[in-house]
Amino acid sequence: MAATFFGEVVKAPCRAGTEDEEEEEGRRETPEDREVRQQLARKREVRLLRRQTKTSLEVSLLEKYPCSKFIIAIGNNAVAFLSSFVMNSGVWEEVGCAKLWNEWCRTADSTHLSSTEAFCGFYHLKSNPSVFLCQCSCYVAEDQQYQWLEKVFGSCPRKNMQITVLTCRHVTDYKTLESTGSLPSPFLKALKTQNFKDPACCPLLEQPNIVHDLPAAVLSYCQVWKIPAILYLCYTDVMKLDLITVEAFKPILSTRSLKSLVKNIPQSTEILKKLMTTNEIQSNIYT
Amino acid sequence: MFVPCGESAPDLAGFTLLMPAVSVGNVGQLAMDLIISTLNMSKIGYFYTDCLVPMVGNNPYATAEGNSTELSINAEDPLKSSKEHTLYSLPSRKLVALQLRSIFIKYKSKPFCEKLLSWVKSSGCARVIVLSSSHSYQRNDLQLRSTPFRYLLTPSMQRSVQNKIKSLNWQEMEKSRCIPEIDDSEFCIRIPGGGITKTLYDESCSKEIQMAVLLKFVSEGDNIPDALGLVEYLNEWLQIIKPLSDDPTASTSRWKIPSSWRLLFGSGLPPALF
Repeated sequence: MAATFFGEVVKAPCRAGTEDEEEEEGRRETPEDREVRQQLARKREVRLLRRQTKTSLEVSLLEKYPCSKFIIAIGNNAVAFLSSFVMNSGVWEEVGCAKLWNEWCRTADSTHLSSTEAFCGFYHLKSNPSVFLCQCSCYVAEDQQYQWLEKVFGSCPRKNMQITVLTCRHVTDYKTLESTGSLPSPFLKALKTQNFKDPACCPLLEQPNIVHDLPAAVLSYCQVWKIPAILYLCYTDVMKLDLITVEAFKPILSTRSLKSLVKNIPQSTEILKKLMTTNEIQSNIYT
Repeated sequence: MFVPCGESAPDLAGFTLLMPAVSVGNVGQLAMDLIISTLNMSKIGYFYTDCLVPMVGNNPYATAEGNSTELSINAEDPLKSSKEHTLYSLPSRKLVALQLRSIFIKYKSKPFCEKLLSWVKSSGCARVIVLSSSHSYQRNDLQLRSTPFRYLLTPSMQRSVQNKIKSLNWQEMEKSRCIPEIDDSEFCIRIPGGGITKTLYDESCSKEIQMAVLLKFVSEGDNIPDALGLVEYLNEWLQIIKPLSDDPTASTSRWKIPSSWRLLFGSGLPPALF
């Protein structure tokens, strides 16, 4: 408890979380409560579906298909970057998609997709099927992240593949001695696992900055299982789809991970501009 | 599950496991940071589970030498990525430290305790010391007037260290009413704000694991002084570094503050604010 400035006594938030309440909840839980909790857990399950048949994959994605390179875009700006610069430079075939539900999003069906709908799709390059791509524009909640990893990577991960993750964070999350208002955003930072030997195309993310959510879950997994992986993090002050933010990812096009996959950059830039205009019309509050 | 950094799991038979509870003020975790940083413990592996919220960052114990290497030729210094639950060891003192950097996912704290304690048994660790804290506003009158540090021992631990603890003149954690609002409620050990401390303690009692809990009564705020206090308290017993009593001129600055503690209260302020 703590007294506020106005003299009222309030329960102060505790960094320990709600452990005490949770323990008491557990003690008071009736069979009905347990049933409700289990139903909710089933509703929140992450399922990986095959593209054609829409049936669940029996094993994890990377146990079923061989993979040498895996590029994962998390968030709408990262997804737009890969769509314009990588997916338009080759023929990519959809392999499957992830279906999940949480309070923030429900993933859409891949057949009628608009760029504003939440989606998590997996693709491989037709000319080299061991090159995979994931476009994830939906929010994967903390209790679903481990499941997502299990369904995609499996529990016996191969070490001979390279993972690249792209995502954005708001610039106010970036801790620095100067005020974040004076930072030249958007800017790129990288974080790589011990086994990733190639150079990053931008400075590494310094302490005390940290990363959360699905990008952190993927990188953690790779670090623990000694898979070479790199995360490119774009700090921006515009979290919705934005041309300047997407273009901030461009230095990555010169890295070994993406160089071979990108053909025509000027054409890609045009495609990106078109993507932006379509979205601007859709984001009219009256429609 | 424990995943070693190297090719094989290190032999931890007879080691003391130091670990924090995610508790009020994060005091246990801050204290662990000080221990790992001061003793320059090396990373030995990860405790990988689905119980903790994922997070990653660069080496939280990077020293000046580490940074300068990054800037020069060896620019691609491998990420000594700190994950949410990393293990460090100091074989010369038979110490292994587990650092927890994020909170538990809902309903996963008990499974985590079970997994951890089962690993403690299988790894052959001799004993566990949990660093924790409890809400200072929940103290009774007697507690308000005494030292803010408390200890708790499981029965099997009591048998082995009772005499040493007695010689330190420490205060054992008092029992309090199980249901504070009810006057004739039973008395039991309660650690409000202690996170998984009570669960770990109870499970260790029933599994006959040698465990000690060291905690401090704190409030949320700048908890660095609390963390320094807690490590000094632990040091009275384990003597990880030279005890204060032997060197009265030394201040608590003999504990090395890790680089991850920079900017604990956020970024710099815009000058236009003033």
